[in-house]
Amino acid sequence: MAQASISQKSSLAARRPGARFAWIGQGFLLLLALGVVYILVTSFLKDPMLFAQVVLSGLQLGFVYALIALGYTMVYGIVRLINFAHGDVFMVGAFVSYYAVARFQLHLWPQLVLKGLSPGAAVVIGSVTVMLLSMLVCMALAVVIERVAYKPLRDAPRIAALITAIGVSFFLEYYGALNFVFSPRFIPYQRPFEVVTFYVNNGIHQLQPGQAPPSGSLLFSNIFLIIMVASIGMQVVLQYLVRRTKIGKAMRASSVDKATARLMGINVDGIISFTFALGAAFAGLGGVLYAIAYPSINTLMGVLPGLKAFVAAVLGGIGSIPGAFVGALIMGQAEALTMGYISTPMRDAVAFTILILVLLVRPRGIFGEPEQEKA
Amino acid sequence: MLLEVKDLNVYYGAIHALQGISFDLEEGEIVTLIGANGAGKSTTLKTISGLLRPRTGTVRLRGEDLTSMPAQNIVKRGMVHVPEGRKIFAPLTVQENLEMGAYTRKDKAEIEGNMARAFKSFPRLKERMNQLGGTLSGGEQQMLAIGRGLMAQPKVLLLDEPSMGLAPILVEEIFAIIKAINAEGVSVLLVEQNALMALSIAHRGYVLETGTIMLSGTGQELLENPRVQSAYLGH
Repeated sequence: MAQASISQKSSLAARRPGARFAWIGQGFLLLLALGVVYILVTSFLKDPMLFAQVVLSGLQLGFVYALIALGYTMVYGIVRLINFAHGDVFMVGAFVSYYAVARFQLHLWPQLVLKGLSPGAAVVIGSVTVMLLSMLVCMALAVVIERVAYKPLRDAPRIAALITAIGVSFFLEYYGALNFVFSPRFIPYQRPFEVVTFYVNNGIHQLQPGQAPPSGSLLFSNIFLIIMVASIGMQVVLQYLVRRTKIGKAMRASSVDKATARLMGINVDGIISFTFALGAAFAGLGGVLYAIAYPSINTLMGVLPGLKAFVAAVLGGIGSIPGAFVGALIMGQAEALTMGYISTPMRDAVAFTILILVLLVRPRGIFGEPEQEKA
Repeated sequence: MLLEVKDLNVYYGAIHALQGISFDLEEGEIVTLIGANGAGKSTTLKTISGLLRPRTGTVRLRGEDLTSMPAQNIVKRGMVHVPEGRKIFAPLTVQENLEMGAYTRKDKAEIEGNMARAFKSFPRLKERMNQLGGTLSGGEQQMLAIGRGLMAQPKVLLLDEPSMGLAPILVEEIFAIIKAINAEGVSVLLVEQNALMALSIAHRGYVLETGTIMLSGTGQELLENPRVQSAYLGH
């Protein structure tokens, strides 16, 4: 009896001040949700084909964000650091591929070296080479960033590393903007392969250059297909790596308890470098694909996709790999639907509104576990 | 001499935690360090296994100096530390925890053999093979922690408070397991608060008080020592 009354009292005391007015916030959220549902349903009914088109463009964005978000969530999982320089690694990936293609014509090497290759195969090999090069450069960059900027702060308060990450981000953006580095201008991106657009209208047809698609057809491009395959493929590769391989299990063990991981003989510093490198490889690939899809690059191009991927990782539950993927797809949809049905300039505002809502309603995200602070 | 610890001085900031500790462990022995909370027992083990760095002093394993070697390389030299509080990787399965114990081993067949052996010694772990480590009971977690340590095929096993928080019947079981491990040729350095149990299975023991070794002797000698009896055995 006595115990029951004590626990009741403490639960009352645990209530936050102002909880009485919580209904105002909850009512606001409900109205917001109803409004979003209303807009979605009416727009779908008005023109289902247009709606499908918008969803498709949202998927394309979402798949790119997913590639970036994996890096945020993996690095957070292992060192509890939001690596704000991650979006800039993505930018470097895009620039490396730009130089490889526009300056050095690296994507043409199969035609020059491997004579007798079919033109299609040559384009595929050339483009994959460019992507692999970008991924490798990004991996090296991330490992250097980790060693130089984050490793010395491994035992410092988390806020110190966070501020350093922001510093590294600015470093990459503004040193990249120097004229003898990447220059501050918007640079038209040269693709390693041609864009082919298809339309769906009684079957899938290729759209010829100069041809207008028949009205009421759904358009998609080979770039969309490549982004989708790459993003889902990397997700599968990563799941396999983390669940089934020795190094993946060591990553999970190190993310739980670094000291004990070392007692197993795991080189935790090596595992951390590997995690940064892996995340950077995905970001580098994302950078190339993003530049191919939206072909104008600039040293600040990584900022918004980086922040949106970060929001995606938080939305999915930071530290969770499937969460990053699901969160990114939701972010892509939110952005595309906003552009399609509300207003284009609002696309970025919506992303950060989602961040605020997640932090208010469910801070641990969709798949996240409640944070347990270590004593 | 298998393991030789000489004049260790370890600091936590300004706190002088270990004040010149020296002891040794011979091939085939069980040696125990007993002492109260805060005497420096866990600090000693962490320093030996490379998690902490001594300011002065040396740790030698078969004559090789380990003092500035990273913890992960010490495991490869055949010395494994089973930490206090078990430190199971909670989101990894029992099997994955054991695989992590074998992280430094390369030979797949040998790892599988060791895993089969661990499951034979701890049949309950086999039943729970695919269960997450965090869902095991305290006793099962301790068995997993010891089994995980043995997966590296150590010559020296450092055990930190294996009986902590366990029911008396489980404590007996754990100590029987430690004796069996020792009988198979693994030398054991055992840190315990349960002085009675530890001294009764140990060949030799050291009594630690506020960072220094106050007494040493065979297990039997220490059990009969009046100071040990009054301070640690509750007589």
